[in-house]
Amino acid sequence: MSDLRVNFLGKTLAGPVVAASGTFGFGEEYAAIEDLSLLGGISGKGLTLNGQPGNKGERLLETPSGLMNSIGLQNPGVDHFIQHELPVMKRLGTTAWANLGGHSVEEYCEGARRLSETDVDFIELNISCPNVKQGGLAYGIHCADASGVVAAVRKCCTKPLVVKLSPQAEDIAEMSKAVEAAGADAISLCNTFQACAIDLEKRRPVFDNIFAGLSGPAVRPIALRMVWQAVGAVQIPVVGLGGILTGRDALEFIMAGATLVQVGTANFMDPGACARITREIGAWMDAHGVATLDEVRGCAR
Amino acid sequence: MSATSCNVRVLRQKALAPDIRRLTVALPQEGPMPHAGQFYMLRAWAASESPLLSRPISVHDVDEQERTLTFLYQIKGEGTQKLAHLAWGQTLTLTGPCGNGFDAAAAAKAGKVAVVGGGIGTAPLLLLCKELSAAGCRPDLMVGFRDKVYGLEAFEPYCAKIDIATDTGAVGHHGLVTDLLDPAAYGLVLTCGPGVMMRGVAKLCQAAGTPCLASLENKMACGLGACLGCTCHTKVGPKTVCKDGPVFPAEEVFEL
Repeated sequence: MSDLRVNFLGKTLAGPVVAASGTFGFGEEYAAIEDLSLLGGISGKGLTLNGQPGNKGERLLETPSGLMNSIGLQNPGVDHFIQHELPVMKRLGTTAWANLGGHSVEEYCEGARRLSETDVDFIELNISCPNVKQGGLAYGIHCADASGVVAAVRKCCTKPLVVKLSPQAEDIAEMSKAVEAAGADAISLCNTFQACAIDLEKRRPVFDNIFAGLSGPAVRPIALRMVWQAVGAVQIPVVGLGGILTGRDALEFIMAGATLVQVGTANFMDPGACARITREIGAWMDAHGVATLDEVRGCAR
Repeated sequence: MSATSCNVRVLRQKALAPDIRRLTVALPQEGPMPHAGQFYMLRAWAASESPLLSRPISVHDVDEQERTLTFLYQIKGEGTQKLAHLAWGQTLTLTGPCGNGFDAAAAAKAGKVAVVGGGIGTAPLLLLCKELSAAGCRPDLMVGFRDKVYGLEAFEPYCAKIDIATDTGAVGHHGLVTDLLDPAAYGLVLTCGPGVMMRGVAKLCQAAGTPCLASLENKMACGLGACLGCTCHTKVGPKTVCKDGPVFPAEEVFEL
């Protein structure tokens, strides 16, 4: 039997698959659907310090092999999360990741400070949400902006810090190096790809913000290319995500050098996707005589 | 009471109108018993196949003795077209039951109840009338259709009366279903149908001081309250149609 465990930033995770932020709530809804103890972790819905209601208008649109969303970081706020959602998350038998967005460096720092005082396992800093007008992606395009917010958060964050990158970054390898130098313990990529759709009958963009984030199998080969570039650029662990639907997809990211993978849109195509993908990875390893993921991690390079 | 995900067998499917299908499947062995106003996410195609998302379809009927679950739906796009091809013996993936649904036991205590539906919005109302009737309250049913009327014979055992309106005048009252409703005569009005119809019902109810509950519809990705794709900005803050709803007090969700 293959051993799916992964050592990640000082913790031993049960498997290499983490549920991606924004696609899994805070995990509770999936407890009756799949065995969450197989998962490496759950990254909760993206938080902002004070919470926000999210975007108006259309929020979802299906595309060929993809999904566009414009949720706009709807969330209950960091304090509500700490009081209500985190205790439930901690009982789900896997690691709890707090995904933190923000509108200013101060807001990011205050959120990270408050989360550092809890028993959350990891903080995933979201500098890559394409769906809020200020913040989020504003820090994720230029290396200097990203470096500034990560360095500031690092000073007040005592938890392992994963920085989630945007495919909109001007140069993904340089961006990866910049956040590593600023103190990130790991990076995760990619968040959604900025995209657009037009409603012909209304002769207007489908989404109120004009642009929305594209995810799903449509983006997978591009995300894999970026993960390959990031792995080549940094020494810290890389968490790969973007359109993973099967164990084979996940293994591509791992062979490109990813330490962990995240699964997002696939949860909507199959609510048991995270556990299924974990089992498929194990089955592939068994069939190929691979005992641990270290044997294949980065092997394609 | 959490939703689960499982495969079930298709028992039968019948066309009630050119674009309307009644699909009956085996009731899932696991998970809570569905009740009126709840729905399932239906998928009759592989995870890797198009369309990307499963389709939310409300529960039309449940037969606990025969262990069957019935959906009534309109063929609108690629997903429902694929559902329409299902035949006896094929399998279907269900995730659910989802959503809050109607609380028929509480509704039955409200006095005289009116149930108002429009078009395919009548789908969840059969189980609602059945549950109300079982709770000792046979509701008055008012339904509106564009032209062709479907599925109403199933309601007959559970309703005190059934009034019909059609846009074309083909059956019943020539006009809107709201023309048939006098909310002052009721302790509670329950409605499901097009947004503009439900808003009309809610307006009449507000003027008469009669409480009204409306079952909403929206595009959704997860159906479980996780993705926030179906959020409705209500007067008491953002709510998910899939988990906080689909049934809401009408005055919270409509501008009246």
